[in-house]
Amino acid sequence: MTTKTSMHIDPYERTWMIVSVVLLLVFLTAVSVAGFAMGIQLPNPERRVDPQTVATDPDSPWYKDNVGLRELAPGKYEAYILAQAWQFTPNEITVPAGSRITFYVTSRDLQHGFKLENTNVNMMIIPGQVSKLSVTLDTPGEYNFICHEYCGTGHAIMFGKVIVTP
Amino acid sequence: MKYEVTPSEKKFVGWHLVIAIAALSIGSLFGPLQAFEHAGLDLYPYLKPVFQSYYQGLTLHGVLNALVWTTFFITGFLDLTIIYGLKRSFRYPVLNKVGFWIMTVGLVTTAIPLLLDQATVLFTFYPPLKAHWAFYLGLTLVVVGSWVEGWGMIGTYMAWRKENPGERTPLMSFGALITVVLWQIATLGVATEILTMLLPWSLGLIDGVDPQLARTFFWFTGHPLVYYWLLPAYISWYAMLPKEAGGKLFSDSLARLSFWLFLILSTPLGFHHQYVDPGVPATWKYVHATLTYAVFFPSLLTAFTVVASLEQAGRKRGGQGWLGWIRALPWGNPSVAAQLLAGVLFFFGGISGITNASYNLNLVLHNTAWVPGHFHLTVASAVTLSFMGISYWLVPFLTGKQLWKPKWAVVQSWLWFIGMLIFSNAMHVIGLLGAPRRVPLGLAPYVPEEWSGTLLRVGIGGAILFVAVYLYVVIMASTVFSKVTATEKTEIPEAEALINPQATPGWLDRWAPWLVATFALILIAYGPQLIVQISNIALNAPGGRFW
Repeated sequence: MTTKTSMHIDPYERTWMIVSVVLLLVFLTAVSVAGFAMGIQLPNPERRVDPQTVATDPDSPWYKDNVGLRELAPGKYEAYILAQAWQFTPNEITVPAGSRITFYVTSRDLQHGFKLENTNVNMMIIPGQVSKLSVTLDTPGEYNFICHEYCGTGHAIMFGKVIVTP
Repeated sequence: MKYEVTPSEKKFVGWHLVIAIAALSIGSLFGPLQAFEHAGLDLYPYLKPVFQSYYQGLTLHGVLNALVWTTFFITGFLDLTIIYGLKRSFRYPVLNKVGFWIMTVGLVTTAIPLLLDQATVLFTFYPPLKAHWAFYLGLTLVVVGSWVEGWGMIGTYMAWRKENPGERTPLMSFGALITVVLWQIATLGVATEILTMLLPWSLGLIDGVDPQLARTFFWFTGHPLVYYWLLPAYISWYAMLPKEAGGKLFSDSLARLSFWLFLILSTPLGFHHQYVDPGVPATWKYVHATLTYAVFFPSLLTAFTVVASLEQAGRKRGGQGWLGWIRALPWGNPSVAAQLLAGVLFFFGGISGITNASYNLNLVLHNTAWVPGHFHLTVASAVTLSFMGISYWLVPFLTGKQLWKPKWAVVQSWLWFIGMLIFSNAMHVIGLLGAPRRVPLGLAPYVPEEWSGTLLRVGIGGAILFVAVYLYVVIMASTVFSKVTATEKTEIPEAEALINPQATPGWLDRWAPWLVATFALILIAYGPQLIVQISNIALNAPGGRFW
């Protein structure tokens, strides 16, 4: 027995399919404009490090004497932050309003997270990798950066803050 | 002609459900404890002799509910849809049996270190948090067992195909096969992660792991895993629910097209879980973002077909006007009510899901409480509430008993719906405010006072869900242990399509082109990054136990 085959699509369903595709294209366009025209970008590979020496090698930017804020130019900073169970080092940095900060964060032990409240800075911190994102902080206040990946018993207390002074 | 499922086949499927529901009833103990903790009532200290921490509870909740309840329910349900749809018994029943036993042994092997606080690594088990080796071994066995059962299903299909050349595969079996094949391909990622890194490392054979590469392998599996959970619910929504609602499937061919699109599109987009990973280039994240939008298309198709089928059923039952057909649906049937409510929750879950998936928008949400808010609408509602609805006919069918207090089963569905609306809405809100996920927020020093109202709603939602889940367990147990045999025989609801499936084009029932497309897309989307990440592997993170 053979039946004639054909792809039957109801007119309403055809309309729905077209609307669906258009809707998804609109979404894609929106995030693309935000990403490429407005520069809201995701982390890119920065460099690899050895998690076992990254905090103990005196030449490493994450060595205890080297971590922290560096002023590159007026209002332009780099912040080298070390994550380990269950603290960030340093856990407090202070910059004037309007500063542009680029964070370089790595972990010496486990996976951690780094989310700077009320900004677009949100990164996984992974042993062996360096996470890098930049942000301009215009509004004075305190911005917590919070570890958002489970890292054992003390996970809930792992945070630090950026203080933006007027 | 109908296939009479034999008593031994019913028993076999039934044992899958017994384990699934047992896992759910243990795993769900902890959900409310987490929700109460958020609301300011930490009960974990009182459990100290047995359970050591919030995180151990969270791990048990995730592993037992998201991995065990789903996998066992799904495997049993797919077994049934294969034999009932194809109208033949298993071709190699030994494969199905052996697979089931491997899964069960794996479950016990995983459970022991979990219960002893030796594997408090959450259900994503990101290294280098190091669990006891038995945890990884057990998980491997669960996956391998599900593969073997899958081979039993595929073998049964191949035998049927030989006996029935030219026939359209019955839709429920067709959906089951796609789910099985998707799973076999998807789990290659996590299998590689465990076998090449986690297991040898936990056994002391290698000193460290590469955590970034491990994440890439994990999320190769992690996203299609979502579709492995979801497709069995879709099988029910497409191939069963229209019948239960009193109607027919609106479009057989588009149902099949959706299933194929899920097969080819659900794997090559795992980087959307790694948008904020440092070791993956943004360009590849963007490619995966684009493919993620593509996989929303078959979900939107599903929304249309399922709603159109239901509308047609509602109108046949006398429903009129734009929305009157909704009222006319058989809301008194708990199986229907549960699945309709699951569909409504999934609508919201779809919205929060596409938000997560939206590339740079993810910077606002990644690893915040929004994420568990989202997946409680998907895996814990679209999937779990549908599975509950399915069990309201499936368990009577398997046991020959009457469903215990069907009205209570309707109440159960509504309780789940209301509890989840409150819980997940609060979780989304608190996530947008910046609350991280996986944190006992009651202990966190950075939680501001303003969040307390929302956190209280998390607790209230959790309390309602707690009642709903154990009402389900009670209804199931009371049905199974009831001494009253059913007066009416429960049948498997198999929906007819409006148009004879034989008229569906043949290319929608042929495997080769779709499999080629599946592998090609995986190669394109994952190949280059896998080569880069594997060739730069550095096994230098020793990790350890940090709990």
